[in-house]
Amino acid sequence: MNLKTLVWRELAERPSAMFTSTLTILLGVTALVAIRHVTVFSEREVGQQLQSLGANVLVLPKDATLQDYYSADLTARTLPESHVSSILLENLAGVERISPKLCVSAKVANRDVTLTGILPQSEFQAKAAWQSVSLFSNKHDGCKKAACGPKTYDAAPETLASQRTIDQLKGNEAVIGADVAEFSALRIGQTVELFGEKLKVLAVLPRTGTVDDSRVFAHLHTVQRLTNAGEVVNAIEVMSCCEDAAGGLVPRLAELLPDAKVVTISQVVSTQVGINRLMSQMSLFVLGILAIVGGASVASTISSNVRERRREVGTLMALGATPSLVTRMFLLKAWALGIVGAVGGSVFGLIVAVVLGSQWAGVTVKPLPDLIALSIGAALVITTLAALWPARSAAKLDPCYCFQEV
Amino acid sequence: MFQLQDITKVYRKRQQEVVAFKATSLDIGFGEYVAIVGPSGSGKTTLLSMLGGMLSPDSGNVWFEGESLYDLPINERTQRRRERIGFVFQTFNLVPYLTALENVQVPLFLRGANKAEQRDRAAALLEQVGLGNRIEHKPSELSTGQQQRVALARMLANNPRLILADEPTGNLDPDSREAVLSMFDNFVREGRTIVMVTHDPVAAARASRRLRLNDGMLITPETIPNTKAA
Repeated sequence: MNLKTLVWRELAERPSAMFTSTLTILLGVTALVAIRHVTVFSEREVGQQLQSLGANVLVLPKDATLQDYYSADLTARTLPESHVSSILLENLAGVERISPKLCVSAKVANRDVTLTGILPQSEFQAKAAWQSVSLFSNKHDGCKKAACGPKTYDAAPETLASQRTIDQLKGNEAVIGADVAEFSALRIGQTVELFGEKLKVLAVLPRTGTVDDSRVFAHLHTVQRLTNAGEVVNAIEVMSCCEDAAGGLVPRLAELLPDAKVVTISQVVSTQVGINRLMSQMSLFVLGILAIVGGASVASTISSNVRERRREVGTLMALGATPSLVTRMFLLKAWALGIVGAVGGSVFGLIVAVVLGSQWAGVTVKPLPDLIALSIGAALVITTLAALWPARSAAKLDPCYCFQEV
Repeated sequence: MFQLQDITKVYRKRQQEVVAFKATSLDIGFGEYVAIVGPSGSGKTTLLSMLGGMLSPDSGNVWFEGESLYDLPINERTQRRRERIGFVFQTFNLVPYLTALENVQVPLFLRGANKAEQRDRAAALLEQVGLGNRIEHKPSELSTGQQQRVALARMLANNPRLILADEPTGNLDPDSREAVLSMFDNFVREGRTIVMVTHDPVAAARASRRLRLNDGMLITPETIPNTKAA
């Protein structure tokens, strides 16, 4: 027999009495853990997007949304490929690279993939030489980038994952994402069949945790030919040398391409950043609700338990229980509720975050031990504070209750 | 064992004062078997609570084994109760969700005894009161007589010198009452002191001394020869 046994026996005997409080804490922690997990991973995703896309400017069809771009769902909306030449010929200040893309749905090993046509940078060099244009050499005023010299365009194809462009890609070659390689068991040098044509796998991209993992990249003109799409693209990514340049490029490109939508990456992520901020505030709100509702529920449950057990407490005091032991007995009960609610809530919250995070926010959520520990800690602090007053009032009970019928 | 000096205990309710207990002097010696009798509301339980260190008088002193009980800090008073006083209640006051064994273990746990000692001592006491085959039963699975025997085993757990009993036979059938009173006789023979509040004339007749209370006042302290306990 010890204090834990004493508390546990009562909880096991009458679990229904504590059910409401546990459920309140569980739901509060579930919401807190789920929202914070999705928020944290969404913020990371935005950070990764900003880092990987750098100071990009996007040129999209007028009726395309940013969500379409990020989900690679641009198949129904196109821009003429000639826009690429227009940007190139304009030789806009601060432009470092241009990457036109055409996305179409395809199947590999009976699984849906996004076939993305991409134009290798080496072809821009050839096109620039043919059109007597000095390629990407127009440094904008006040550029903070140290070097804007000539480029060699011989980087490894895997850099596509991080730099959004590829230097060399032949018409019969393809680069596949990590997921595609995994489920189709394709390796470098093997061939992948798309729309009846076999393309040689040039590279397998490292896993990025983005939609790129389920893409197959091929030469833009190959994709246009295989899908009979004509000379069109879905998006043109314009990589500028720095943020300042990206800001200046938007009005110039909008003026140059009036039938297209031109946005910077900071604009692209601004909505997501706003949502993340809202979710962050929402998690504080949930914490507040947990503190008020969960705390009130625990306080009410423990108070009622103290009232119901006055004679039992009186008897324990008559038998020699000190006021501090009585306080600890009720606090331990509150902690038991808090721990069950908090641990259960963390598990449910994590499940909700994993399931809904990928479905609703498009992010892959993994457990954050610090966040879970913090949530459990917060729940325990709340239950302790809520139970403190009724526990102390139990310790002040008149031991003479042991002689009374209550 | 006890000396009560100029004790007054008054209850105040709705601006009215009721004298619950008043005594200029009362001594209870070691090994005495005292029955406190009197009508309901006469102050019997008030006196028992004050003797148990659970209800401080408004004035006067309660001396217990040479110490002024209510001048001790609350934790020390609790310690005296835990180590020296055993309680028996009319409705047994067993913890309903604990087994007989665990109920008897409670005072041992409160004293700080280790698990093995708790279990061995509790099992031996239950054996002593004839419930060795009921140790895993909960109070609701026992008869009232058996419940009171569990309560007696719990009372004995820390081997108290003083037993304070509140209507110990009030809820028992004649056979169970006789069994409990026989145990009380044995406790007195072992040298323990018993102060018992009772309405039961049969139980009161077993005591060596009867204190009659009426409206909080001691009327006729009387001492009778106790043939059974002697």
